Amino acid sequence: MTVSFRLNGETVSVETPPDTPLLWVLRDELDLTGTKFGCGVASCGACTVHVNGEPVRSCVTAVGDLDGGEVTTIEAADGAAAKAVQAAWRELDVVQCGYCQSGQIMSAIGLLSENAKPSDEDIDGAMAGNVCRCATYVRIRAAIHRAAEIMEA
Amino acid sequence: MLNYLQDARVIPAAPTAPARDVAIVNLSLDVSRRSFLAGAGGALTVAAFAGSAEAFIRYPTGGETMPHGLRTDPLTFVTLHGDGSVEIVAHRAEMGQGARTSLPMVLADEMGADWDQVSLRQAPGDEATYGNQDTDGSRSMRHHLQTMRQIGASIRHMLASAAAQKWEVEVSAVEVGVHEVKSGENTAGFGELAELAMRQPVPDFEALNFKDAADFRYIGTGDVSIYDIRDITTGKAIYGADVMLPGMKVAVIARPPVVGAEPTAFDSADAEEIPGVERIETLPSSIPPAKFAPLGGVAVIASNTDAAIKGRDALKVTWGDSPHASYNSEAYLAEMRETAKQPGQVLREEGDVDAAFAGAAKTVTRQYAQAHMVHATMEPPVAVAQVANGKAEIWAPVQSPYGARQDIAAALGMPVADVTVHMTLLGGGFGRKSKCDYAIEAALLSQKIGAPVKVQWTREDDIRHGFNHTTSVERIEAAVDADGKVVGWRHNSVAPSILSTFAPDSGHQFFIENGMGHIDVPFEIPNLRCENGKAMAHARIGWFRAVSNVPRAWAIQSFAAELAEELGKDQKEMLLELIGSDRKLDPPTQGFPENFWDYGEVYEEYPIDTARLKNVLNLAADKSGWGAEAPDGEGWGLAVHRSFVTYVATAAKVKIVDGQITVPEVHMAVDCGFAVNPERIRSQMEGAAVMGMTLALHSAITYEDGAVVQSNYHDYEMVRSTNFPQVVHTHIVEHPFSVHASGVGEPGVPPVAPAIANAVFNATGKRLRDLPFGESI
Repeated sequence: MTVSFRLNGETVSVETPPDTPLLWVLRDELDLTGTKFGCGVASCGACTVHVNGEPVRSCVTAVGDLDGGEVTTIEAADGAAAKAVQAAWRELDVVQCGYCQSGQIMSAIGLLSENAKPSDEDIDGAMAGNVCRCATYVRIRAAIHRAAEIMEA
Repeated sequence: MLNYLQDARVIPAAPTAPARDVAIVNLSLDVSRRSFLAGAGGALTVAAFAGSAEAFIRYPTGGETMPHGLRTDPLTFVTLHGDGSVEIVAHRAEMGQGARTSLPMVLADEMGADWDQVSLRQAPGDEATYGNQDTDGSRSMRHHLQTMRQIGASIRHMLASAAAQKWEVEVSAVEVGVHEVKSGENTAGFGELAELAMRQPVPDFEALNFKDAADFRYIGTGDVSIYDIRDITTGKAIYGADVMLPGMKVAVIARPPVVGAEPTAFDSADAEEIPGVERIETLPSSIPPAKFAPLGGVAVIASNTDAAIKGRDALKVTWGDSPHASYNSEAYLAEMRETAKQPGQVLREEGDVDAAFAGAAKTVTRQYAQAHMVHATMEPPVAVAQVANGKAEIWAPVQSPYGARQDIAAALGMPVADVTVHMTLLGGGFGRKSKCDYAIEAALLSQKIGAPVKVQWTREDDIRHGFNHTTSVERIEAAVDADGKVVGWRHNSVAPSILSTFAPDSGHQFFIENGMGHIDVPFEIPNLRCENGKAMAHARIGWFRAVSNVPRAWAIQSFAAELAEELGKDQKEMLLELIGSDRKLDPPTQGFPENFWDYGEVYEEYPIDTARLKNVLNLAADKSGWGAEAPDGEGWGLAVHRSFVTYVATAAKVKIVDGQITVPEVHMAVDCGFAVNPERIRSQMEGAAVMGMTLALHSAITYEDGAVVQSNYHDYEMVRSTNFPQVVHTHIVEHPFSVHASGVGEPGVPPVAPAIANAVFNATGKRLRDLPFGESI
């Protein structure tokens, strides 16, 4: 059936069963491959996107359940928090393999949009759902603090 | 790793082939012959050159003896464009370690290019053109630093020659600056000279003039960001699964839960009901030794990934029997603990060990164990293949693109020349993606259905059907004399061997595993024996970041701390005493076997140097403030280990918070010779500290009735933001270029777990001897 939803500022329609996870609609139907598949059960965060500005795991979000929600993916991440996070990520050379980083960045943007000056504890809590096997946590936390500084400036 | 096993390859259809013995004999001879040759001057020219003579004195590396060796043709690696841009080929796999950036960065620096005007082209799997591309063993920088400099210097020379020709001056009157060439009043950008420079004859090595270290702009500075960071942070970087072809189908495969089992029957009716599922295909099963042959099973092929996953999950497959169906890893570990108590095959014998133990005032015996692990790269295995019109084209995240090309060609029954393997970025490797079974699956399915196919592994597939890090028991005994000095050492290592994946299993480890922290123990103990007890493999055994160094460092570094406790000594002083005097170990006179493997290097170039080992230990200890009193529930632990010819010491602080092990601070001291890209050295040490904590606390793959118990991140846990080493300080030992650069991808990992366990002991008095030891204490 045809499912329509708001994606990156536009309305898109795809032919797909409504129980299809948003992740696979983004990747397979809409060629938005920045959102990654890691676990399929919302336990690694590689597939994190925003729905109405909130980080959600697209691998367990049925495309038919979006209910008018506005989906934003890494490709369209924009705004003060997004710019600051991406700049901080580059400044601190956070990434190693990079595969989990779309999800890390989307979670970090979500945090900074809600909390402009997060503490270590705030960061650790907000990022707990995002696994990095290269283990870049040390830099991710530093980069979120740095992004907060950039936003403040 | 892989290259040493190529000759041990067996074809599953011919299980009687005595490949193993043949391979070992050949390789042993090869290794020892090379060592002796090197002692007599070596096969390579070692010489100084005119110009900045001290800046670059060439030395031999194992890169020369890798399959296809090294390439130095500048025209292969560099293209100068008229607009001034410079294209450099990245020929090795990028999996987060930074090789794709760091090697071209070296070349760019040596040629005088401005990094902002450099673009990279990733080479396909083609070792005849690019030289060896097998990216593992922490050897990209170790083997390719010199060739990258040589290529860079060659291009710089060609730019100078072009300018000399254009301006009708002597080459010696031309100066190559940053992306600019000058002579007197004349100046030209690289773009202006591009065409003429590319037509210049390629200079001989002897004609080259290398930069002085003081003139480096990128090498040694750590100021260059990784090349792909912009694409990665905007979601544009391309990994394996991001490759999309017109008409491409997606396959997800039900693989045998027990290695070697065949599907005896399957019911695909429910699967075929799922919208998008198009067809079902079977793949033949394999049983070790089968190298990287796919495990086989039943593939569900669909128009999209979700349908393929749902279709696979809806399959009802009846699996046949397998000789490994009774494998229970807990029970097997208990058997290995018994095996370790018996004498094993003697690998290294120095002095009179039996007499030392007979005359000992005290003996100390401990056993340390490790469970299986799998890599759990964030990107699960995935590959895209298009087999059509007698050609095969594959896009995949593989660590060895040419090795994969050979294996895929063999599986398809096609000449290697008709197979192309494109390398995408790897979403993590850690040794998993040295094994290309997933790419072979894609190629076979594409060949079968006549359409492009992506094979996507789910996380469950990845956890259950990987190539396991071996499980092991390491038993160490020390004989102590009346003065409290350790005078005897016995170390029996019992673990299923990687070789079982390549050749009929003898139950014994082979020279590469033996060389990883076992027989190369750097302790100054007069009577020393290293043994290997028998353990048959019942799962696919592969290699995981730092390989056998993980259990060996775990055992030896834990044992050193236990000895300190037994003998009433400080742990650091105990370690320094065990390591002994400043010296380079002398394998031939110290009871090493003839086939001693020093990471494929000529030993004399990369000897086991105890001064460097002690130096990193002291550095980590000093930086951590070793020796200070710690409050209750807190403690520091130390460990030091040489692997992949790099020396790393870890000082870890543990704090017990509500019964949970936390790690507030870690110091990593690393000596990797000349530090080419300090920024990536730091990132690798930080990553190693965290991955080391994961494997210490969490990483266990267990088998029941031949099948893996775990399935996803809920039961195969990773360290997360909620409990990771809070601060990681990296201290890099500075060396000039003349101290051969070595790699950093793996060597950070081994000392982390024992440093944490030693810290737990100092915080709580509780000694941990089995990996993983859990988060709670």
